[in-house]
Amino acid sequence: MFAFAIRRLIQAAGVMLVVALISFLMFRFVGDPVNQLVGVDTTPEQRAQLREDLGLNDPVYVQFARFVGKAARFDFGISYQIKQPVAQLIASRLPATLELSFVSAIFALLVGLPMGVYTGLYRDTLLSRLFLAISLVGISLPTFLIGILLIFIFSVNLGWLPSFGRGETVSIGGFWTTGLLTRSGLVSLILPAITLGLFQMTLIMRLVRGEMLEVLRTDYIKFARARGLSRRAINFGHALKNTLVPVITITGLQIGSIIAFSIITETVFQWPGMGLLFLQAVQNVDIPIMAAYLLLIAFLFTLINFIVDLLYVAVDPRIRLGGTAG
Amino acid sequence: MPYFTGEESKARAGVAAGDTAGRGAFARMLDSDIWYSFRHSPLTIGAAIVSLILVLAALFAPIVAPHDPFDPASISIMDSFYPPVWSADGQSGFLLGTDDQGRDVLSTILYGMRISLAVGFASVLLAMMLGVTLGLVAGYVGGVTDTIIMRIADVQLTFPAILTALLIDGVARALAGPQAYDEIVFGVLVLAIGLSFWVQYARTVRGSVLVEANKEYVLAARLIGLRPVTIMFRHVLPNVLGPVLVIATINLALAIITEATLSFLGVGVPSTQPSLGTLIRIGNDYLFSGEWWITIFPGITLAILALAVNLLGDWLRDALNPKLR
Amino acid sequence: MTPTLSVRNLRVEIPTRHGALTAIDDLSFDIAPGEVLGVVGESGAGKSITGSAIIGLLDPPGRVAGGEILLGSQRIDNLSPAAMRGIRGNRIGMIFQDPLTSLNPLYRIGDQLTETILTHERLSPKAAADKAERLLIEVGIPAAGARLSSYPHQFSGGMRQRVVIALALAADPELIIADEPTTALDVSVQAQIIALLKRLCRDRGTSVMLITHDMGVIAETADRVCVLYAGRLAEIGAVRNVVKHPQHPYTRGLMAAIPSLIGDPDEKLEQIPGSMPRLGAIPDGCAFNPRCTFRFDRCPAERPGIYETSASRASCFLLDPTGKPPPAETAARAVAAGIEVRAVPAGASL
Repeated sequence: MFAFAIRRLIQAAGVMLVVALISFLMFRFVGDPVNQLVGVDTTPEQRAQLREDLGLNDPVYVQFARFVGKAARFDFGISYQIKQPVAQLIASRLPATLELSFVSAIFALLVGLPMGVYTGLYRDTLLSRLFLAISLVGISLPTFLIGILLIFIFSVNLGWLPSFGRGETVSIGGFWTTGLLTRSGLVSLILPAITLGLFQMTLIMRLVRGEMLEVLRTDYIKFARARGLSRRAINFGHALKNTLVPVITITGLQIGSIIAFSIITETVFQWPGMGLLFLQAVQNVDIPIMAAYLLLIAFLFTLINFIVDLLYVAVDPRIRLGGTAG
Repeated sequence: MPYFTGEESKARAGVAAGDTAGRGAFARMLDSDIWYSFRHSPLTIGAAIVSLILVLAALFAPIVAPHDPFDPASISIMDSFYPPVWSADGQSGFLLGTDDQGRDVLSTILYGMRISLAVGFASVLLAMMLGVTLGLVAGYVGGVTDTIIMRIADVQLTFPAILTALLIDGVARALAGPQAYDEIVFGVLVLAIGLSFWVQYARTVRGSVLVEANKEYVLAARLIGLRPVTIMFRHVLPNVLGPVLVIATINLALAIITEATLSFLGVGVPSTQPSLGTLIRIGNDYLFSGEWWITIFPGITLAILALAVNLLGDWLRDALNPKLR
Repeated sequence: MTPTLSVRNLRVEIPTRHGALTAIDDLSFDIAPGEVLGVVGESGAGKSITGSAIIGLLDPPGRVAGGEILLGSQRIDNLSPAAMRGIRGNRIGMIFQDPLTSLNPLYRIGDQLTETILTHERLSPKAAADKAERLLIEVGIPAAGARLSSYPHQFSGGMRQRVVIALALAADPELIIADEPTTALDVSVQAQIIALLKRLCRDRGTSVMLITHDMGVIAETADRVCVLYAGRLAEIGAVRNVVKHPQHPYTRGLMAAIPSLIGDPDEKLEQIPGSMPRLGAIPDGCAFNPRCTFRFDRCPAERPGIYETSASRASCFLLDPTGKPPPAETAARAVAAGIEVRAVPAGASL
């Protein structure tokens, strides 16, 4: 178990290093950092001085080591466009994105799991077909289109829910702002959370259904039937528990992709999170922000991956205990 | 040049054999489970018909479309913001109304779909060629090559496709500069989307190659001295075409959606040559002022297109994988 | 005495898009209380489907299309799903081929046992746990009390099959259906498991339907044997009769194909030419006729019935005292092979 965790950590570190390299190459070689930082009236001497100060004349591996060292201390340099430290910009936007992602993930799981179980157990009922049809539409509709349609219906036509922004937020401890404590904050969260969570919801539903069908075909389910166990015990005890192992994995991994997908939702709803910041950076070729965002997402992904692996171990005794007999 | 004639005659024989085999294959197809499941799924038939109509309409947009939305002579700003023809203020010449510049919405949709489909097909083709080749190489060569390719795939899988595409787009933008970027935008989009989707092909193909490579017919092919490349493309590839086709179909829907998303985010197709995504972005600005048709109709078109292609992909996957039925 | 299980003219069909396939056709047999009936045949002969049909767990779209199945004097093939659940595990226990996949990997052995016990008996959890431990002791699992909290993957294949047997016996059923219970096990363990199964069922007076393709297991374990071919009954009778004096040409071929330790080691084993037909392509008349060395003009034309002989009951026209007889030469060969030819050819003296 401990060795397993260590091995995973080393793998994660490897992935992070590769991403850091990509991030560094982007940062260093896409566009000239000096030109981005100074105005047209800067003399060549000043430029050369700045180049020396920034360490751009050092060997590339020294620069990379410095980049990694700085990144580990959350120092990602200054934004070319906004002229503020990138770390500060991201920190101010992080709570909005994380809150949105978290609420979306909960929504996706709470709705997707029961729908998946139902459609797996009762394959041919009318409701199952309806759920499947909804899931297909959910997968086919681009996220931004869902957002626009929701705004069109609930904000423009019905006027029930706000169409942009986070509403009123409350600051906690000076480093975290939350919209979860005010009414307008909560109301503002509804449409973006549904928009962001819908795709993951359909994904979870289809996954649970697929796993459920797979598990129901196994010998141990047939044997459980042959032992005369009740439907309930078979479906919700034996089948569901075995379904959950892969579902935990995928759902965990989806949290990472929810955070990345929030770029789209944040754009549609003008949600002041990291995604919007990143998109503006792409449009304005603000490389430091892009590099930092890439690193941050990679970090969140590897972290979640790691936690999921540990959870997996907790659920499956075959990994947890190892075998004592062949 | 006896070598070449030998190759040539072999190739000709191959073609001839392929021909008869082709006819046989067609007859077999009509009797196959795939065709059976197609005929017995009204939803799939519907999806196929809708896909065909949309693709044809896009292909022949210059003939089908009532107006040419990119001909400055034929559009007039005076015609802007007409609602659809069935509304009180509708204008008979503009079935789905007009946009802010007086362009016919139906015509812009037809032309826009053309661009969406072109980018979609091109990027799927790129992803497929890249993924299949890398998968074949990784599976067949093995060793360090395999490790490197699959590690890259692992790292890329860490990120959602849309993020990869955004990054490639951003880097291209920075390297090219704004003017040059507009000229190469289609190439960049195809590259960005294509590079985001190759991993799945590579993994599938590699897996199949590992299974197939140990089968006797491949060993036999090796024994009679066929070159590895020949074995790979003539013997192993046909066996992995089914799954690759399924991935490609589902990817087509994904690629169209990704292109639309990038364009909607303002980093894709420019508004001078709008794709469906660009149209939706432009129209989105007018959603609140009541001109809903400018964004909703392209949106519906995009949704129907993606849905139809997805339905075909779903059916194909189930039909080729009898275990799921 | 009422048989424990009585299968009457059972017919199982599997609907396909080319029409229904008949997997089991007009199959009848009884199992007496305490009796072990071996069911043999090649893969695809319908052995497992018969077992699944009896316990009501045919894989869809397969279905019982005719006949009846009686457990004691109660008809069970038309019960509601809920009523059938009360039979399964309670009055009929089932053991599957692969102990590695029969147990849910995520549940402790003890939980799977008590769950089964509590489903069929009104007991306190404590009493159920005690019974679970007793069962494990009975099937010969060392340190049973401690092993209750182990997971399946912590047991070896043979030990797992013992657990599966304990699960099948948990509610003291009248009948155990054992579907190839030793096929997936090491040869060294097979004999132990068969001996265990035989002992436990004899002690409890449980009837057993032992499905296998291993004639050796049948010869050692079963009281009677039922030979299936292409979903139809070929021959049924007491084990020593069927092994020593097979009456159906197929059974004869099956017995001749068993290697023997006694006798001439250089003697070639006989084999049956051809292979069993697929379900969609069962020939007209007797299903075995294209492979049969005693075939005559009646065989491809009519379906044989079941005919009584002194050794067993079998489905072959050679044994039919009425109807058109075989040519003299065929009859003579059959008699030489030990078949009690009843259909005496005209003009032949036997």
